[in-house]
Amino acid sequence: MKTFTVSKAVTALMLAGLVLLPLYSQLSGNIFILTLLTRIVILALAAASLNLIMGFGGMMSFGHAAYLGIGGYAVGMLAQEGVGSGFIQFPVALAASAIYALVIGALSLRTRGVYFIMITLAFAQMAYYVASGLARYGGDDGLTVYKRSDFSGLINLSNRTQFYYLCLACLFAVIFLIWRIANSRFGLVLQGLRSNEQRMQAIGFPAKRYQLVCFVISGTMCGLAGALLANNTDFVSPAVMYWTRSGDLMVMVILGGMGTLFGPVIGAVVYLLLEEFLSQLTEYWALIMGPLLLLIVLFGRGGIMGLLGRLNRG
Amino acid sequence: MLLVVEQFLNGLQFGLLLFLLAAGLTLVFGIMDLVNLAHGSLYMMGAYFAATFAAWTGSFLLGALLALGATLVLGIVLEMSALRHLYGRDHLDHVLATFGLILFFNEAVRLIWGPAGLALPLPAWLTVPVPILPGIHYPAYRLAIIAVALLVALLLYLGVMRTRIGMLIRAGASNREMIGALGINIKLLYTLVFGLGAALAGLAGLMQAPILTVQIGMGENILILAFVIIVIGGIGSIRGAFLAAILVGMIDTLGRAFLPNLLRQVLSGAAASTAAPALSSMLIYLLMAIVLVVRPEGLFPANRR
Repeated sequence: MKTFTVSKAVTALMLAGLVLLPLYSQLSGNIFILTLLTRIVILALAAASLNLIMGFGGMMSFGHAAYLGIGGYAVGMLAQEGVGSGFIQFPVALAASAIYALVIGALSLRTRGVYFIMITLAFAQMAYYVASGLARYGGDDGLTVYKRSDFSGLINLSNRTQFYYLCLACLFAVIFLIWRIANSRFGLVLQGLRSNEQRMQAIGFPAKRYQLVCFVISGTMCGLAGALLANNTDFVSPAVMYWTRSGDLMVMVILGGMGTLFGPVIGAVVYLLLEEFLSQLTEYWALIMGPLLLLIVLFGRGGIMGLLGRLNRG
Repeated sequence: MLLVVEQFLNGLQFGLLLFLLAAGLTLVFGIMDLVNLAHGSLYMMGAYFAATFAAWTGSFLLGALLALGATLVLGIVLEMSALRHLYGRDHLDHVLATFGLILFFNEAVRLIWGPAGLALPLPAWLTVPVPILPGIHYPAYRLAIIAVALLVALLLYLGVMRTRIGMLIRAGASNREMIGALGINIKLLYTLVFGLGAALAGLAGLMQAPILTVQIGMGENILILAFVIIVIGGIGSIRGAFLAAILVGMIDTLGRAFLPNLLRQVLSGAAASTAAPALSSMLIYLLMAIVLVVRPEGLFPANRR
């Protein structure tokens, strides 16, 4: 086992960047970098949670954006109803995501393969339409969150830097958790199920139960990202759950490297920076992004992490 | 009574339209094992082509025919340039690559036609209300959609079940290596099937265009419905797609029309008007959930290999 690899070096560099860049932003007074980084970190958290079921669990969910919306709406709705405390908002956001994941997971896991992709997509779209129908909470137009979650003096979410580091801490915590899960007995069973479900079932593991638990954990993590996202934008709308957002998350995971610990984070950083760069270059950035995705799928096996791994060997 | 008949026909018309879309999707999936998210983009392109060609030629029918040809060609070009390389790859790769294609198509449309939607006006002879029952009139155009879609469904059935090409298509679906070994040009067959699927999507798009506005992203919402139909009907089964499409079209239309009134009788007015839109848009997904619980393979699964 090598101690130094290119992928490790790149990961370390990126993490150092995520930790240190806000300091630079503060010194130079460049608020834009901090805003962009906060968005990147939150979506990296969502991508990491998706990677738990896609990369380790082998479940191709195309409806992960639903949790972003559920977490966000939990914060937004409670704020609207006068419950401003983050100690209530965040647990409710997580619990709501977990319950949704439990129901959707129990139904979706009755199928596999491409059915699973379509069904998770359809249910997320259902959540989108339900949110659009919530006239009391803004409906199609979305819901403005006038006051960010209040953690009574513990941390002030309205302070950009504090909020950024809270998001980053959440991201690291989630990655640490995924690392522990992936290497636990539970995680090994999941990875066994990913490679050969029939065989695992034959040696006596209740496949669906393991997968469902993993699905719920992943959904809950993504609900956290949703709650943070609503605080970041001070706004939540059905558009957060639109299926292209689920597609974005999937692309981040694949781009970075599915089934690797830091791949989704790298994927989120690269994808969002690319989007930012291309959208400054031309108004029609998707015209470049679309074919680029096609090329990545056709030629980029294993994502950026896979590429870095090959560099190391090559 | 009037409303019931009208909504019933609306449901039938919507269902048949969904069938055209779902048939192409399930055909491509059943035969090439390709998940094509960009199917909705072909639907959108059909509508844009029709609106453009109809404006150029000044004739709705001519525009529709040209648009049909154009989507067929577009489908064939798309298959030959990009999607051909995806056969045999993981389904996840299909999803991502065709997701990229959607981004591309939406942006290309914005570039060419601009962000504002287009309208496709109907000729006068299609706008007259037709008496279908004593005292009940129904728009001629919607009747025309029902007729065309039924005709296409029949042709599709006959084409797949009764012709030599159809036989090859079915053979290709059950064992692609074998029919390749028997000297059939599979590449050509696949291109043909994809073109057919594209044309069906284009037909659905151009027929829907006069009813709704032609706009960017119009194919995406309806694509999800097509997915729901395929899941309910059973992947790869055209018969399943037909029945599920009618079912979904009916439930969606009738639910939106009558659920608010039904709820109002059970709940208070305010609660009903809050819950009704959310609930009626959930109906078909609930149907899908129920089907999944009872028959995970769909109602009419295609023959197993």
